[in-house]
Amino acid sequence: MISAGIDIGSRSIECVILNNGKIREMRKIDTGFDPIGQAKQLLKGLEFDTILATGYGRNLFEIEHEATTITEIKAHARGAVCFFPGAITVLDIGGQDSKVIKLNESGKVIRFEMNDRCAAGTGKFLEIMAQTLGFNIDTFGIEAAKAKKDLKISSMCTVFAESEVTSLVAKGENPNEIARGLHIAVVKRAVSMLNRVSSQGPVVFTGGVANNPFIREQLARITKREILVQKTPEMNGAIGAALIAMEQNKGKEK
Amino acid sequence: MKPDLLKKLQHITEQNIIDIENHKKNGNHAIGFYCLYAPTELAVAANAIPLPLCGTRQAPIEAAEETLPRNLCPLIKSSYGFAATDTCPFFRFSDIIVADTTCDGKKKMFELMSEIKPVHVLQLPQQQNFNLFLEPWKNEIKNLKTVMEETTGNKITLEKISNAIKLLNRERRAKKRLMDVAKAKPSPLTGTQMVEILFKTGFFADKETGIDLMNEISDECETLIERGDSPYTKETPRILLTGVPIGLGSDKVVKILEDSGASVVAFENCSGYKQTFQVDETCDPILALAEQYLSIPCSVMSPNHGRIELLDEMITNFQVDGVVDLTWQACHTYNIEAFQIRKFVNDHFHLPYLHIETDYSESDTEQLRVRIEAFLEMI
Repeated sequence: MISAGIDIGSRSIECVILNNGKIREMRKIDTGFDPIGQAKQLLKGLEFDTILATGYGRNLFEIEHEATTITEIKAHARGAVCFFPGAITVLDIGGQDSKVIKLNESGKVIRFEMNDRCAAGTGKFLEIMAQTLGFNIDTFGIEAAKAKKDLKISSMCTVFAESEVTSLVAKGENPNEIARGLHIAVVKRAVSMLNRVSSQGPVVFTGGVANNPFIREQLARITKREILVQKTPEMNGAIGAALIAMEQNKGKEK
Repeated sequence: MKPDLLKKLQHITEQNIIDIENHKKNGNHAIGFYCLYAPTELAVAANAIPLPLCGTRQAPIEAAEETLPRNLCPLIKSSYGFAATDTCPFFRFSDIIVADTTCDGKKKMFELMSEIKPVHVLQLPQQQNFNLFLEPWKNEIKNLKTVMEETTGNKITLEKISNAIKLLNRERRAKKRLMDVAKAKPSPLTGTQMVEILFKTGFFADKETGIDLMNEISDECETLIERGDSPYTKETPRILLTGVPIGLGSDKVVKILEDSGASVVAFENCSGYKQTFQVDETCDPILALAEQYLSIPCSVMSPNHGRIELLDEMITNFQVDGVVDLTWQACHTYNIEAFQIRKFVNDHFHLPYLHIETDYSESDTEQLRVRIEAFLEMI
């Protein structure tokens, strides 16, 4: 059976096609201002027996495509368990929100918390800060890792942090050290939410920000926990959705 | 529910404004109340209409923020905003406001409100230790009796208080009976309908009208239960809402829960089941009022074991599948108590629990929808 999962996030849309549970194809596109149009674009030429939508645009997609939907909480939980069986803690830092999910031994969500009020501590925050410092977002983590000493950033609000960064640059501070301070600020924010929801055991780290090596390193250092990241963490939600689509369809066939 | 009952509710609600106006034209009085802690029996005993004034609408908040800080509970801002903009007929009808030092936000707001209308503030103890605090609270209630007499010009006898207690006990029994219809699985009423009925009947000038209507609705619901008639199925997840009070205009969480396929069957808050107590009719009426009202389990009390006991009883009796704990933004006491409530619900009942902190605006509807849908996926 060919099943599809589509994760319509606020910053990007990911789509995964599974052939009997094995990944056959993965695609990604920016959300832009027209999520449904972009989703259509992304799905062009793809064939599947069943599709399931998740992410903030899921309900729009449901109406347009008669697809079923699940929340990104359930999708990320399912994706994490697929790559790391027995996982009980999931940290997802996406484009515009972050969340921590706690699972029981059978992979069922038992608690979650989200920060979706503002861009603080998310991918968007890092993106704006990279831009302010003149770094490329893809190598931002590598640049931060080059810093020799700690530089504390006190603002977590994206707007305030941006002006804090601007004044640090004006004071002649080293951009790599500022980058390091920003990364650590993001990690510390995630850690307080992480400890509130689930304080022990390995952490499955998902979402686009999990691609940043310096965030991963600092997360492991500060939490003293094992940080598990699959090869394409930004696809985790879509993979979870495609897996659940397959499982729901099998249920129906029976 | 039969459409003619809803029509009747609407009709009485509209007629009610005229009734209060006439009552006042005849030289009678109306008393505004903000917290469940103030015994409305004393207003009734003075032949005045008690009106529940807690603001539940977003509309006056912007005006309130010209005076009050933005980072304050929306219930306090809405209450003050209605007073400042003179847009609530019930506030206008009130000859005096009876307020309590329930929480920091409210008590400081009442100082500002007293520039608009006379406000009498009751010093509410923050602990339910009767040895220490029953006597001072009893004195507050005695003072309130004097204030009611002075405001209305009517002498309040002990007999009149006893009669008021009996009447309001009947009203509370009617309310409890109405809320208890949702113990049926599935419930014959939606949570949204329940909120509307409780909210609207709360303003009725004539208590008997409210009691009759609530009983009529309960009768109708019992027939529906016998027939197995319900907007839900036996599989619909049954949710208990706990925490801050809600009303028309501040019921968005109930609506989103029910839009997402749940049935809100129980309300552990002061707009719901916290109102179902009975005042002792056999002892000294002032003492009976003092004891019963001080026992209300609001999060301003420290410690607040009564809330856990009430939740224990309600989660069991309403056959609940999950608990949603609602905190209005900047309500510190409910916000902090959420930690204990989560622990109780998880450890004692092993049920899914969701804590929501929000305000009256619609700006976070989609974010709430994600949380609520994910919570329902946990059931």
